[in-house]
Amino acid sequence: MATLYRAAPPDSLIVVPVDLLTAIYHRASGQTHLMASPAPEILEALAEAPLDAAALLGKLRAAYDLGDADLAALTARLDELVETGLVERR
Amino acid sequence: MGVALDGHLLARALADPASVAMLDSAGWQALLTMARAELLSATLAHRLDGIAKPEAAQRFLDDARASCAQGRLVALWEVEMARRALGDLGVPVVLLKGSAFIAAGLAAGQGRFVGDLDILVPRAELDRVEAALLGAGWEWVKPDPYDDAYYRRWMHELPPLIHRERDRMIDVHHTILPLTARPTPDADALIADSIALPNGLHMLNSDDMICHAAAHLFADGDLSGGMRNLWDIHCLVDDFGADGLAERARAHGLASAVRRAMRLAHALYDTPLPKGWARSAGDDSFYLRRLTARDGWGRQTRPVIRLGFYARSHWLRMPPLMLARHLWTKWRKQAG
Amino acid sequence: MRHVFSVAIGPVGFRVGSDWRGPVAALERLYASYPKPQDGIADFTVRLFADRPWRRFFRPKVMIGGDFVLPEAAPLSLEHGLLAAEMAMNLQMALGQRRYLLLHASAVERDGKALVMTGLSGAGKSTLAALLMTRGWRLMGDEFALLDPETGLIHAFPRLISLKNEAIAVMEAAATGGAFGPLLAETPKGAIRHLVPDTRSVAAMLEPARPALILFPTFGHDAATREVAPSEVFVRLTQASTNYVALAERGFTALTRLVAETPARAIDYPDTESAIAQVEALWASL
Repeated sequence: MATLYRAAPPDSLIVVPVDLLTAIYHRASGQTHLMASPAPEILEALAEAPLDAAALLGKLRAAYDLGDADLAALTARLDELVETGLVERR
Repeated sequence: MGVALDGHLLARALADPASVAMLDSAGWQALLTMARAELLSATLAHRLDGIAKPEAAQRFLDDARASCAQGRLVALWEVEMARRALGDLGVPVVLLKGSAFIAAGLAAGQGRFVGDLDILVPRAELDRVEAALLGAGWEWVKPDPYDDAYYRRWMHELPPLIHRERDRMIDVHHTILPLTARPTPDADALIADSIALPNGLHMLNSDDMICHAAAHLFADGDLSGGMRNLWDIHCLVDDFGADGLAERARAHGLASAVRRAMRLAHALYDTPLPKGWARSAGDDSFYLRRLTARDGWGRQTRPVIRLGFYARSHWLRMPPLMLARHLWTKWRKQAG
Repeated sequence: MRHVFSVAIGPVGFRVGSDWRGPVAALERLYASYPKPQDGIADFTVRLFADRPWRRFFRPKVMIGGDFVLPEAAPLSLEHGLLAAEMAMNLQMALGQRRYLLLHASAVERDGKALVMTGLSGAGKSTLAALLMTRGWRLMGDEFALLDPETGLIHAFPRLISLKNEAIAVMEAAATGGAFGPLLAETPKGAIRHLVPDTRSVAAMLEPARPALILFPTFGHDAATREVAPSEVFVRLTQASTNYVALAERGFTALTRLVAETPARAIDYPDTESAIAQVEALWASL
């Protein structure tokens, strides 16, 4: 069974776009993150329900123009988000 | 002012909030500064909520609450990250001290400043717990072979770990006192009789929490932070009572420490004592003088008593021969 | 404590206890026009003390203590006692301030609007603020600007202006009639001399102002101006704030709002006259 990724629930985040970047305050941790795409988009895509990496890639492809994004690159971004605590592996 | 200008001023304000009505501005200044020095400023804020006070005092206490609230947030996040790292191991992870109080919403957690995360796990599982934490971004604080060997063999915890991103420490205990200390609590019982929290982690049962607080009040250092430690005990008794405490303390070999801690809490905070318990004993006043050795400028006072306690606490932790060898090795390393 | 001094600087009250008369006498003289803490209760306590009883008299070394301390801070000599007191009060703010977001910046005010100048030490923000004070601006502070998370306004913290090395001579010439502290030679940061904010700045210290311009000055280059993107402002201000993390959500909302609502510019300047001209030009263009 593929690893599921679960994002911090939307009401635990304050998301403020700041020109090309997005400032995110995570209420549960008290941490502030300054993120570039696709991190904010990943968090939004995972807001409704946890997804595995393949399903997430599909959802992102449908919503955005992703260029040549692949599963390995997405998994690397997800690992970074797991380190910050904004995403949890299930 | 009828109350001495030492920690008794703070103790009285916590035990009897209405008593602050008698304070002039100098008295308030001393009380607030003392509370801050004893890490009890947010506790005081909580206890004095709704009591009439000068505006500047209210501001001071509001700031303490804000400080405490942010610290609480960060501490609860450490608990959550520990849960994420250790939750799948099938190992009971028992939260200790302040982290447990706030995670469980206890009275002892209100206004509590929480420092590092302390957890208790079975000794047999230490290696797996250590590996899981290292894999999740924690790393050793001090890579020193002698200290490490000493720690692993004799202490009640792993050498300290700190998270490389968040810069916060976690202390992993396998019992609640060093193995070299004289009372040897029953670590298996602490874990077996622990209480599950909604997040899957555990906390000690109420008698064990009081035993732990008492053990550390006397065994860990020179009673500094004692007023707060005793306030923890006062709140635990308030929440859970003390039926069965005497028996549990005896089982851990901590009867003397627990009885003394309860007497001291009673003396400072009017903590109710179980029926039949002595209200005071001979050298309690010596301990009280040390505990309340804080002046209105936030300074620790009574240096002679303090030194006496420090020497005593090392004696408790380590048999004399071992202490001598330990200090000799440390001196040689510093000199060489 | 033998000698005691208390003062309110902006919305913050301090008390300073000292084992020696000297630092307290200097503080009393320089802060003579300032009010005392509200209700006689200070927000922060500072102690200047001798670590051994005999150190009070023999080669005295001033240790810094108080509500909030840095563990291994080095003591200062008694002749630098005033500096020790100022450093100690700054430390209380840096480590203990919880009501306002601290910006490591100088600030001056005109027509109810604040100019906030921030940057690395040595960029000249203290000197520029002091010079603007002599040109009709109200000094709000030279070290900290206080941002109120509820209102988005900047509050003043007009402590004694700390002038270092070359800036001392510049301000001695510019602030004729100004009240100066003693020249403190050979401190860990070089020569230091304090300048008391002028009467108007002290009298207005409880009046906040709406931030209108954030400036990043850099000394020692040909005059130039550029816009600074909000994301860069955000990062630089969080790095420059000692209590951003401690303020949690309030800090985040205060700073994102400031960054969204306030224009920001970086200026390079070869000398102070040039800087002042650039500032006046930018201000007029807003």
